[in-house]
Amino acid sequence: MTGYALRRVLGVVPVMAVVALFVFGLLYVAGDPAAVLAGDKATPEQVEHIRVSLGLDQPFFIRFGHWIWRVLHGDLGTSIYTDQSVLLMIGQRVEPTLGLVVLTMIISIGIAVPLGVLAAWKRGTIIDRAMMVLSVLGFSVPVFVLGYVLAYWLAVRLDLLPAQGYAPLSAGIWAFLRHLILPASALGLAYIALIARITRASMLEVLSQDYVRTARAKGVLAGGVLFRHALKNAANPIVTVIGIGVATLIGGTVVTETVFAIPGLGRLTVDAIAHRDYPVIQGVVLLFSAAFVLVNLATDLLYRLFDPRIRY
Amino acid sequence: MTGVTSTLDSPLPDHRVRSARVHRGLRLLRKYPTACAGGVLLAVIIVLGLFAPWLGTVDPTAIAPGRRALLPSAQHWFGTDSLGRDLYSRVLYGARISMLVGSSVALLAAFFGTVLGMLSGSIRWLDPIFMRVMDGLMSIPAILLAIALMSLTQGSVGNVIVAIVIVEVPRVARLIRGLVLSIRERPFVEAAIVSGTPSYRIMLRHILPNTFAPLIVQATHIFAAAIVIEAILSFIGAGAPPTTPSWGNIMAEGRALWQIKPHIVFIPAAFLSLTVLSINVLGDGLRDALDPHSMRSF
Repeated sequence: MTGYALRRVLGVVPVMAVVALFVFGLLYVAGDPAAVLAGDKATPEQVEHIRVSLGLDQPFFIRFGHWIWRVLHGDLGTSIYTDQSVLLMIGQRVEPTLGLVVLTMIISIGIAVPLGVLAAWKRGTIIDRAMMVLSVLGFSVPVFVLGYVLAYWLAVRLDLLPAQGYAPLSAGIWAFLRHLILPASALGLAYIALIARITRASMLEVLSQDYVRTARAKGVLAGGVLFRHALKNAANPIVTVIGIGVATLIGGTVVTETVFAIPGLGRLTVDAIAHRDYPVIQGVVLLFSAAFVLVNLATDLLYRLFDPRIRY
Repeated sequence: MTGVTSTLDSPLPDHRVRSARVHRGLRLLRKYPTACAGGVLLAVIIVLGLFAPWLGTVDPTAIAPGRRALLPSAQHWFGTDSLGRDLYSRVLYGARISMLVGSSVALLAAFFGTVLGMLSGSIRWLDPIFMRVMDGLMSIPAILLAIALMSLTQGSVGNVIVAIVIVEVPRVARLIRGLVLSIRERPFVEAAIVSGTPSYRIMLRHILPNTFAPLIVQATHIFAAAIVIEAILSFIGAGAPPTTPSWGNIMAEGRALWQIKPHIVFIPAAFLSLTVLSINVLGDGLRDALDPHSMRSF
């Protein structure tokens, strides 16, 4: 186990190296980085200023080395637009995004797993069909469309929840949740569809196994069969998909935060696009990719918890 | 192997061929009713886009300050946006952008992904390097990668297509590589090797055709994904310039007024969702039809 865990953890290094090389190199593929960063309306002096600050007189890999060294020490560079440290700007915006993603995951897993189990248990019935329809819809309705639909009906028309905005945790847990429940629902639908589908498929496979029949024959109650015997054995594909689906959630925050006017990392990215502020975009992409890679590392390592038969 | 039945050299007279075709069509409809519905809906949207100039539309970029943010009426079927532009025209022309982006991305990503996947699956020293690069690219969430690419170029439909192709190519390449590795071990390939078939010929004539069925299914999902990513890029201001009538741009434009004039956001949103839904349903049907081994219901 330790050997496998160690190898798996080390495997993160080349993946993140490729991400970093790509995100860094992109700026140079696009043409003269100084001109690209300065934008269309920059004066020659501004371009020159950026050129010097980037150290563009040195070879590519030396610059990449310097840059990586600084990134590893927590220096993501400075924003071209605000002249602030990118790390500081990201730090100020982490809470809303983290809150949104974590809440979405809790709601989604809480709904999707029981739903998938139920659909597998009641296979072929109206419940099963309804879940499949829901999952196709979940894949097809883009997150911002659902966001507007939910916000319009539940917030504007029925006035049940705030339509837009954000309340930090420090303003109280209730205000925090009231503002995030709609965005989390909009963001979560595709994730719910994904997890529920996998749960259903994985459960169907397990439910056809002999030991499930034995458990039933022994008189174990339905709930016991489903959750103690079957779900535990069906857990690995579900955990994998929960990890992979985080990429959709992260991408979705950019749009969700725009629809619901939440001042998080997604909103920061959208503002950075408007100002062509590449250092900020670079920082956000690096951070989100690292988060995604680490979540998937964690799910890989969780396998053994659910299935002690796996020996690495 | 490819599952295509030819009716070209049919000895039957014309009307018999026609009735056989109708019969086969009905059987398809019975077997895959949702997929057929999806196909019809998609066809309608394609026709609306293709024939947009002849379907009672006006110039989708014409601004009319006197007719701002009107509700749907006989004169403006879908109303107007906050600059007075006719929404019906903009939405129909928007279908063109979505279809152009979706189909170009699906074709280009399928092509480049297949080339890279075949190379990686057949050249042993290249494979580990290649897979590390693909792993890295795929750990950047799709939308963020597209945003990073678009933030460095001018916003245009062409650049949007290139950016989404770069996002999708690794997914195709990994699929094809996996297929090549498994097909390579099958007896008919071994037979071809033993009988002295040159390796390029094995790749092109024996392995490549066997990747088509999964590739087509993957391509339909990329088609749908590309349309959504294009809409998102436009919506957050990283796509085609705001004057371009794309569904994402229309929604972005309607954002400021959405609480009082929701139709500006909801009409393009409905078109976007229905289009993506029809493609997804069609893709699921294709998967069931092309791969009899897959679990029908999953």
